[in-house]
Amino acid sequence: MSRSLFQKIWDSHQVRAETDDTPAILYIDLHLVHEVTSPQAFSLLDAQGLKVRRPDRALATIDHSTPTLPFRRGSPPPYASDANAAQVETLYANTSRHGIELHGWESEHRGVVHVMGPELGATQPGMTIVCGDSHTATHGAFGALAFGIGTTEVGHVLATQCLLQRKPKSMRVHLTGTPSAGVSAKDIILAIIAQIGIDGGTGHVIEYTGDAIGALDMDGRMTLCNMSIEAGARAGLIAPDETTFAWLKGRKRVPEGAAWEAQVERWKALKSDADAVFDRLVEIDVDGLTPMVTWGTAPDTGIEIGGTIPQPENASDTKAMEYMGFKPGEGISGARVDRVFIGSCTNSRISDLRAAADILRGRQVAPGVTALIVPGSVLVKRQAEEEGLDRIFTEAGAQWREAGCSMCIAMNGDKGAPGELIVSTSNRNFEGRQGPGVRTILASPAVAAAAAVTGCVTDPARLKEAEYV
Amino acid sequence: MSDPITYPFSSKSFVLTQENIDTDQIIPARFLTTTSRDGLGRFAFHDWRYDGAGLPRNNNPLAGCETAVTSVLVAGRNFGCGSSREHAPWALLDYGFRAVISNEIADIFRSNAAKNGLLPIVAPDDIHAWLLEHPGAEIAVDLAEQTVRITDGPSFSFEIEPFAKHCLIEGTDPLGFLMSHMDAIQSFEEQAA
Repeated sequence: MSRSLFQKIWDSHQVRAETDDTPAILYIDLHLVHEVTSPQAFSLLDAQGLKVRRPDRALATIDHSTPTLPFRRGSPPPYASDANAAQVETLYANTSRHGIELHGWESEHRGVVHVMGPELGATQPGMTIVCGDSHTATHGAFGALAFGIGTTEVGHVLATQCLLQRKPKSMRVHLTGTPSAGVSAKDIILAIIAQIGIDGGTGHVIEYTGDAIGALDMDGRMTLCNMSIEAGARAGLIAPDETTFAWLKGRKRVPEGAAWEAQVERWKALKSDADAVFDRLVEIDVDGLTPMVTWGTAPDTGIEIGGTIPQPENASDTKAMEYMGFKPGEGISGARVDRVFIGSCTNSRISDLRAAADILRGRQVAPGVTALIVPGSVLVKRQAEEEGLDRIFTEAGAQWREAGCSMCIAMNGDKGAPGELIVSTSNRNFEGRQGPGVRTILASPAVAAAAAVTGCVTDPARLKEAEYV
Repeated sequence: MSDPITYPFSSKSFVLTQENIDTDQIIPARFLTTTSRDGLGRFAFHDWRYDGAGLPRNNNPLAGCETAVTSVLVAGRNFGCGSSREHAPWALLDYGFRAVISNEIADIFRSNAAKNGLLPIVAPDDIHAWLLEHPGAEIAVDLAEQTVRITDGPSFSFEIEPFAKHCLIEGTDPLGFLMSHMDAIQSFEEQAA
């Protein structure tokens, strides 16, 4: 029987099939761990006297509670609060006691958990990957089944390396057409979410297909899969191809030589059969797509940057418009911006920083605008500095920070002030997400950088024109 | 942790009509710096209840919510979307809610809620619409029968994953079931190796 990629991964990880009374027992290949959603799970293990079953299959880092302000090696990190510090220290203690590899302050692989996993080559095609973090679908970019779990389930995986799961439904999102030049994976996923809605993927695992997907590099595919949860989906994935294999080759955790060749041969079978049946099919035309920005307080409120704020369809839309200070029918281009954030598990990889640098090179951040650029990992930071991107940023007047989640979730001290309008490359524009009363517009790194330069929402393609006016 | 909830139980409903109430509204991220799951009720809907100075808001949507009386939260479509934080059901339980009813509940929140004894109930659209319009409705929740009966209103039966139901009624953690299959897990690992 023909099967989808999701079905193949599911089948090969079933320890026990589901019955009417009980969910399937699904084996987990890789468990990513961070400081926010794990302490209560380790406490549960300790209370029951349980060990971590496979510490070799867990991989931890610190990212959410960590400060991004630079500090001298050897001196204490400038945590925003004692609670932030205690959370990080708790993860050090838990991982040390249970023998789990932790990429902490001293590691060159420290970074946002969804940047670190792929960077180490720990994320591989065909794997099941979980993390107490809803953006775990990022790893689906490699053809892995990767999804977010709660803390109770973190405990289950630590204790048994397994999860109890009912099989989600399958959904194929097929893209047709070619986006305009300069349009990124972020614009594409914002367009997808705008079409299928914030709950359009609920209960489903999405497989993304189409030429526009194949044309994306791995950084772009990670950006795209990352936001699957913003359409409510359990996971999102893309079948691995030569782009995937080339990106993974030579990374720390992948095999070498003949073993690598054999592994790649096995990975090549990881695709949906031609006649695989999906529970739901959605076709989205991205031909001529231009950069996207959101106007509301949910990620499905994306419009093209030259577009206008739509008429409210319900009370939630009206409330969102009041919060954002936007009126139906007005253009979003030109809205005055207070702050720009370039970073997060969605857009903090080297390609994202290069896109931002292309805009900021030789230009200045507008007076009154604060621009924060936060690389996804220590290695991304190092690579950017080798390429001289840090100088482009700092000479433009932007702040170049240490790796971390930073202002995406705003729990480490990096945040906006009430009422500020922020153009952010992160994944959520919920009320107060970037600080109480803060208003967030989601966009690509290029659009965020352009907003930093002009001080208002600006199509990067029109930046040059504006300078000649 | 909160005491296990026993069924059936009756309560009045408290209504939040807003759609897509995300977990950042249920408990803002800056309160996730805890290493405990206890006492999070004071942060439930914190920024809806308090302003930037920590003073009670005049337009607080939770005004009048006394969970000793109104422990069933009726919310707009797609409740609990957003992050996977289990702190969201922990906060709602500690605040005093025992069940959430909507016509759609986001996947991860729904799974987290059931594991902690906050019963996620998906109602048919028409009954959900009726409930949104009737705050304070007298609601009787019977988990064993999978029914919700509303005094002077419509009744309905709801779906719940059978194993989650079993764990809720018995008051057990699914971890025990997983642990009882350790032999199967071991053989799976040996085969895969």
